[in-house]
Amino acid sequence: MTAEPDDSIAVVATVRDVRDLVRSRARSAVEVCRDALSRIAAVDPHLHAFNTVVADRALARAESIDRDPDRWRDAPLAGVPVALKDNLCTRDVRTTASSRMLESFVPPYDATVVSRLEAAGAVIVGKTNCDEFAMGSSNENSAFGPVHNPWALDRTPGGTSGGSATAVAARLTPVALGSDTGGSIRQPAAMCGVVGLKPTYGRVSRYGLIAHASSLDQIGPLGRTVHDVALTLGVLAGPDPADATSALEPVPDYTAALTGDVRGARIGVPRALVEQGVDAEVSRAVNLALDALKWRGATLVDVDLPHARYAIPVYYLISTAEASSNLARYDGVRYGFRAEAEGPAKAGHYSLPEMYAKTRARGFGAEVKRRIMLGTYVLSAGYYDAYYLKAQQVRTLILRDYEQAFTGVDPVDVIAMPTSPTAAFRIGERAADPLQMYLADVFTVSASLAGLPAISVPCGFTADRLPVGLQLTGRRFDEATLLRVADAYERDTGWSKQLPPILSR
Amino acid sequence: MPSRFTRDEVAAIAVLASLELDASEIELFARQLGDILAYADQVRQIDTTGVPPTASVVARLAADRPDEVRPSLDRDDALANAPDGALDAGFFRVPRVIG
Repeated sequence: MTAEPDDSIAVVATVRDVRDLVRSRARSAVEVCRDALSRIAAVDPHLHAFNTVVADRALARAESIDRDPDRWRDAPLAGVPVALKDNLCTRDVRTTASSRMLESFVPPYDATVVSRLEAAGAVIVGKTNCDEFAMGSSNENSAFGPVHNPWALDRTPGGTSGGSATAVAARLTPVALGSDTGGSIRQPAAMCGVVGLKPTYGRVSRYGLIAHASSLDQIGPLGRTVHDVALTLGVLAGPDPADATSALEPVPDYTAALTGDVRGARIGVPRALVEQGVDAEVSRAVNLALDALKWRGATLVDVDLPHARYAIPVYYLISTAEASSNLARYDGVRYGFRAEAEGPAKAGHYSLPEMYAKTRARGFGAEVKRRIMLGTYVLSAGYYDAYYLKAQQVRTLILRDYEQAFTGVDPVDVIAMPTSPTAAFRIGERAADPLQMYLADVFTVSASLAGLPAISVPCGFTADRLPVGLQLTGRRFDEATLLRVADAYERDTGWSKQLPPILSR
Repeated sequence: MPSRFTRDEVAAIAVLASLELDASEIELFARQLGDILAYADQVRQIDTTGVPPTASVVARLAADRPDEVRPSLDRDDALANAPDGALDAGFFRVPRVIG
């Protein structure tokens, strides 16, 4: 396959470029939308980034923007095509969470982030593939088949927002939304060579996000540049009466924070945490990135996060407990799939508990069942204190480690480490070993448990031309500093301009 | 803490979770849940004396709002996704529960 001609809008354009083209009427929103749709039609059959493409709806929306240029003249995302992870509810557009359970679910309302994107002029083009109910680290748990990494089609894009990361990396849309419970925005962003931000817990409303683990879930943007991610965060962030956990903190102009100046910034490096189990090529790329930041005037400081090494087991005890509770709603009554009676039950009595159990057996995939089982066990009488309560106490210790690093003696502004210990792994390589799969999240889960904002920014490639990500974690509600440091680093590199082979061969 | 669950234990958890599992799933989960909990055992070794649990990192809730009647989801919309919705009556239908 070959790429579209060089003047194709999607290949060159960032969110800001597209928005400026539409606002100045150099291009119509319809032209931009057609370009994105034709690219999806040409490239996505090789990637499977999308579960659903809403071409007619997107074109109608783009036409309405073109008809009323005055209304959209100052809109921050005027005419920008956006892909949404398929666990974000869209009114009248099928929303599956990549599960058989919700295969034909059509939400009666929009998620708050969807309303905010559209109010800012965005054009939603489709719903992206993900791990079922956002549980996984490779996108292999989708009921509709895996996503293929645009840098190497035999490899996973990471997960769970693998479709969104792939859509951006393959230039299908300039920006996409994902959700992150334990690394599900940052890890696929790293593995696909794009920028992914998990905002502070509470920064973005989760109303209309299909719940996985409610004390951890957060929605955020994936884009090609830090600026695009900052711009999109500004549209998404802010309190929402429909989400009691959304925060009241004022929303600054995140793009104004991107000064390129990191002189005096103190960057913490948890050496003890990252010295083991990290692929040598990943370590090298991350260390070169830290050197670049130092060269720009930042100071590197050793920090200690002694409890972060327990983050994986703590995360899997807490998130599965919450998931087992959240997913109890899928019972075949109000929405979603229902298994009909079969065998002896068909002739006689099909009891309600039997219907629940059969529906959930047929509707859920293996990983979702495994987590519901684990979560049910750790919450059950006799084990609650030993596992769930204990994990919540260690969560406190992890939180205190970060507090100490950010506000103690010798405080730092951000903490840097690899996003993932390895580059993208092969499809099927870890599928049989859930524990091995969970270890892909070793560096991302601690920020989730602490509710802190964290970003993954591309920082190079392995010898096999697989992208590597640098993760920066910041103080609560200080996305501005995080974005400033990430942007300053990005200015010194050309990683975001490199095209995956699927577009250049 | 079991490093391996018995089939009966897995079956008992499945009942609590409202999940019908077949024999091969019970066998698989007996091993995998044991492996995962064995790995999680390191958490139980940490001294947490006097450490409060963190259930949520939210510092203050934005939940307060005037107690006003506002429109909610239309009944037909709410029923539209039901596998067996009784639209005329306005109910979700379930398999017969009594007799």
